[in-house]
Amino acid sequence: MFDTLSERLGGIFDGLTGRGALSEKDVSAALREIRVALLEADVALPVVKDFIGNVKSRAVGEEVIRSVKPGQQVIKIVYDALIEMLGGEDSDSSLRIDSPPAVILMAGLQGSGKTTTTGKLAKRLSEKERKKVLLASLDTRRPAAMEQLAILADQCGDNVVSLPIIQGQLATDIARRAMNAAKLGGYDVLILDTAGRTTIDEQMMNEVAEIADIADPSETLLVADSLTGQDAVETANRFHARLPLTGLVLTRMDGDGRGGAALSMRAVTGLPIKFMGVGEKLDGLDAFDAKRVAGRILGQGDIVSLVEKAAEQM
Amino acid sequence: SRSSSRLTSGLAVFGRRKLDDDTLEELEDLLISSDLGANVATRVTSSLAKERFDKEITEDEIRLALAEEITDVLRPREKIVDFSDGPRPRIVMFVGVNGSGKTTTIGKIASKLKEQGAKALLVAGDTFRAAALEQLTVWGERADIPVMSKPIGSDAAGLVYEAIEKAKADDLDLVLIDTAGRLQNKTELMAELEKIVRVTRKLDPNAPHDVILVLDATVGQNALSQVEAFKNTAGVTGLVMTKLDGTAKGGVLVAIAEAHDLPIHFIGIGEKAEDLRPFSAEAFSKALVGAE
Ligand SMILES: Nc1nc2c(ncn2[C@@H]2O[C@H](COP(=O)(O)OP(=O)(O)OP(=O)(O)O)[C@@H](O)[C@H]2O)c(=O)[nH]1
Ligand SMILES: Nc1nc2c(ncn2[C@@H]2O[C@H](COP(=O)(O)OP(=O)(O)OP(=O)(O)O)[C@@H](O)[C@H]2O)c(=O)[nH]1
Ligand SMILES: [Mg+2]
Ligand SMILES: [Mg+2]
Repeated sequence: MFDTLSERLGGIFDGLTGRGALSEKDVSAALREIRVALLEADVALPVVKDFIGNVKSRAVGEEVIRSVKPGQQVIKIVYDALIEMLGGEDSDSSLRIDSPPAVILMAGLQGSGKTTTTGKLAKRLSEKERKKVLLASLDTRRPAAMEQLAILADQCGDNVVSLPIIQGQLATDIARRAMNAAKLGGYDVLILDTAGRTTIDEQMMNEVAEIADIADPSETLLVADSLTGQDAVETANRFHARLPLTGLVLTRMDGDGRGGAALSMRAVTGLPIKFMGVGEKLDGLDAFDAKRVAGRILGQGDIVSLVEKAAEQM
Repeated sequence: SRSSSRLTSGLAVFGRRKLDDDTLEELEDLLISSDLGANVATRVTSSLAKERFDKEITEDEIRLALAEEITDVLRPREKIVDFSDGPRPRIVMFVGVNGSGKTTTIGKIASKLKEQGAKALLVAGDTFRAAALEQLTVWGERADIPVMSKPIGSDAAGLVYEAIEKAKADDLDLVLIDTAGRLQNKTELMAELEKIVRVTRKLDPNAPHDVILVLDATVGQNALSQVEAFKNTAGVTGLVMTKLDGTAKGGVLVAIAEAHDLPIHFIGIGEKAEDLRPFSAEAFSKALVGAE
């Protein structure tokens, strides 16, 4: 894909090399191609429009350097703007979990990867930061959701424990029970896994808001599928409106999706993307990497080396 | 009903106006925002323009006309299926990426089939994910249909082989096979799926009779690559789209319908057993543009 974008842009700028500054007309044609590329990468339309406006103002008037193809120059501008919009190169995946027991609340749509990510975070915190972690499933709806989390806790080793399952309790009551157990048991971190919910299910949105009130989490993470399409903005906005979100986690980045949802969600919420899920196993969690995601939105390829080459020549 | 889509709110500002270039561009944007993809959105709106360009048109008319255009694309894909009918045992396999709704859809279909009095067997072919077996078992209990399984980590193909042998021996009507979620770019996992298909063919050259790809309505353009890959690897015969009860309208299905001659059997509209509907091109299209 990147090759096609690169080729398309190359075509547009053919014969432009060394002709001085990029005009609005030159840039407009390129931006149309970039718009399509971003939409193909599932970046949400309103975000695409903002982005295009941003890039346009940067590109117009840019001097065309003799040694660099204008197409590459524009791609570098796009690439840099993408990284910036994704939160910059120095991503911050640290979690605020200083005052024990610190609560991390996980929320998101059905099947987005909350339970798996809960297990991954627990493993990471216990192994890398030597934290004692309690996991509690507040999912009273999905069949065997609680068993799933208990199995994952077992796979994490001795420093990760799951709250004993009591059938028939309300999610809010489990939250209270978990907080007590975390205090009494001397845990550093309590991670609350919640049931998946659609954002138009008022009852369920109220439930999760109530859970947040009860648990007063230090981190509230929205777990979303990186394969999400245009709905990313709607979902992110609606969760953001109801919960004290502190960050995003994008799962299934090990797929071949272009990951535009990352940009959409980050853009509309302003929240940092803390982690990306890169596998089904518990070690499949990486700190968010804006460069990697920007390259992917532009269509993989060897964008990084290409851009570096362009930068050297500029 | 729940037509709070962006499309609805977008169209609401139109009122009565000429179907001119500006209007068409807005329509195109609205379709893009429902995941039809830029190309398909352009095609659908220009097709609308062909008939109605420059005519005064009300908001409702726009919606209905747009829904009609989309219905035309989807109608040939509408195909109600009755799994309890046909070959015995009918072997139906469910495939798809992680978390798309395979296990839940099996649970829903199992409940329906039980009502119809079919003798079925559920096979817990996801021998990988934590509590996948327990999840399917709950659905089996709800529908009062037995679940065949092996311990976690077992070879899924081996389990499927034994399940089909059993279904033949017990003269069952059908076998519903759950499989582990897998991303289509994972070669090893796709090879495993291919092996499951191969094994079923050993026992019945026509099996699996149905390979149902389960798609999540929130997914964007990647669904096209999912269809492509699962079709090549597992010989997908039909589609189900889940989670249409949320804010996502699943517009990529229109792009899929243009690219692949695959029937769309059901849609999922919730997490309960009854939340499964036969796919209707018209209802889907109307919901997509908020013309209900
Ligand atoms: N390939 C891949 N699979 C993932 C990743 N994260 C989660 N999964 C898989 O996605 C599926 C759903 O994950 P869950 O953790 O059960 O999702 P959930 O959000 O808890 O689902 P509900 O509780 O039903 O809403 C499972 O098959 C996971 O193994 C990831 O980063 N990569
Ligand atoms: N709202 C809604 N949720 C659904 C629907 N279908 C499935 N779900 C939910 O989506 C989540 C994932 O469903 P599963 O059936 O476990 O998905 P799966 O494809 O079997 O997942 P893996 O086996 O982990 O790959 C669960 O929370 C289901 O309850 C639907 O139509 N609407
Ligand atoms: Mg879960
Ligand atoms: Mg499953």
